Amino acid sequence: MNWLMNNLPYVGQLSALHLLQSIIPVIAGTLISIPIARLAVGRRRDGRSTAGHTAGSAFKRGAVVNTAALLYTIPSLALFVLMPLVLGTSITSPLNVYVALTIYVVAMMVRSAVDAFESVSPVTLESATAMGYKPVRRFWAVELPLAVPVMLAGLRVALVSNISMVSVGAVIGIQSLGTLFTDGLRRNLPAEIIVGIVGTVVLALILDRLLALIGAWLTRWRKA
Amino acid sequence: MNIFDKTWAWFTADGAWTGAGGIFQRVAEHLGYSALILLIAAVIAVPIGLMVGHTGRGENVVVAITGALRALPTLGLLTLFALWLGLGLVAPIAALVILAIAPLLAGVYSGIAAVDKVTVDAARAQGMTESQILRKVELPLALPLIFGGIRNAALQVIATVTVVAYINLGGLGRYLIDGLAVRDYPRMVAAVVLVALLALIVDALLALLQRALTPRGTR
Repeated sequence: MNWLMNNLPYVGQLSALHLLQSIIPVIAGTLISIPIARLAVGRRRDGRSTAGHTAGSAFKRGAVVNTAALLYTIPSLALFVLMPLVLGTSITSPLNVYVALTIYVVAMMVRSAVDAFESVSPVTLESATAMGYKPVRRFWAVELPLAVPVMLAGLRVALVSNISMVSVGAVIGIQSLGTLFTDGLRRNLPAEIIVGIVGTVVLALILDRLLALIGAWLTRWRKA
Repeated sequence: MNIFDKTWAWFTADGAWTGAGGIFQRVAEHLGYSALILLIAAVIAVPIGLMVGHTGRGENVVVAITGALRALPTLGLLTLFALWLGLGLVAPIAALVILAIAPLLAGVYSGIAAVDKVTVDAARAQGMTESQILRKVELPLALPLIFGGIRNAALQVIATVTVVAYINLGGLGRYLIDGLAVRDYPRMVAAVVLVALLALIVDALLALLQRALTPRGTR
């Protein structure tokens, strides 16, 4: 407690950095996953899902989902370290963390976005078409909103895992709450590490709660 | 030479594979840590998952615990345990067991809970005892989700065991941490390739095991 009181501004600053590194990849990763998943699910123009019906679409779905799962096997530490090679950034640039974690979010989100689009009833989509919705408008007004609940479940897991993964960046010198772990180990200060752990968990709980609220607001038609 | 050629050169250098600190030794260490961690985590998570899934009691607690465990930063636990328990094997094993419990518990619990209640009642009506129901009906039917949890945990553990090198232990993370210290990129790329390959091979083996264990009728 003493350690926290004496270092409050420092912890606050690290929390802000941690927050940025947690949120930006989740937003970027989600925006990338949605079109990939939608293309992988593949529907005919009349709105019927073709997933599982034709060999071609099952292959496409499997390829997308398995490639995403493969990305997940790369250790986060390794991905942080390799980013400078790919991006030409310096090794302590936060951009490495943003891009690396975005890749993880995509790896996790593609799967649940595919499940989400498949959970939308083809009958509902056909009704929308029958009511005169053109494909683009039907996607935005009917298909995407109905996919939100399943997608949100995946997003919450991705967000929470992402928040704990951000701290690994500290090993290569990128500042976040993880810096308290590496610094605490070096200076033999368990209190500093505990502050880091508690801070990370609190951040995860707050953001998860916030995401749940956003989800409830986005799907407020479900209450009716 | 570009990075791929340099990495290839690293793989084919004299003594890269055998001897102290060679690839064979690091892979063996990596697999050893991972297996031990998964085993301990399974001993803790599987009975709890089976009980909660079967009785339906404590579901909320399990869901809350798996969520909270996911939020715990492994690096934080690792460094904290290293300070408390010293730089031995106990600290990283304990930290990573905590990481592995969440996916295992979630897989076992949700697998058992997802078994059709009508099927369970039918088994009960035929005179099966509760333990027979669990072993002969619920467990076989829950295998796909349970294996999903095991494979998930195995992937996470194999990927994350790399960080134990940060507290001076072995495994493939050694190449990452040592390579990072001297900015030796080929060595780090090699480490990534090896970890990814290891994860894929283990996942494929678990998939085969799952196929072998799944009763023909439920495939």
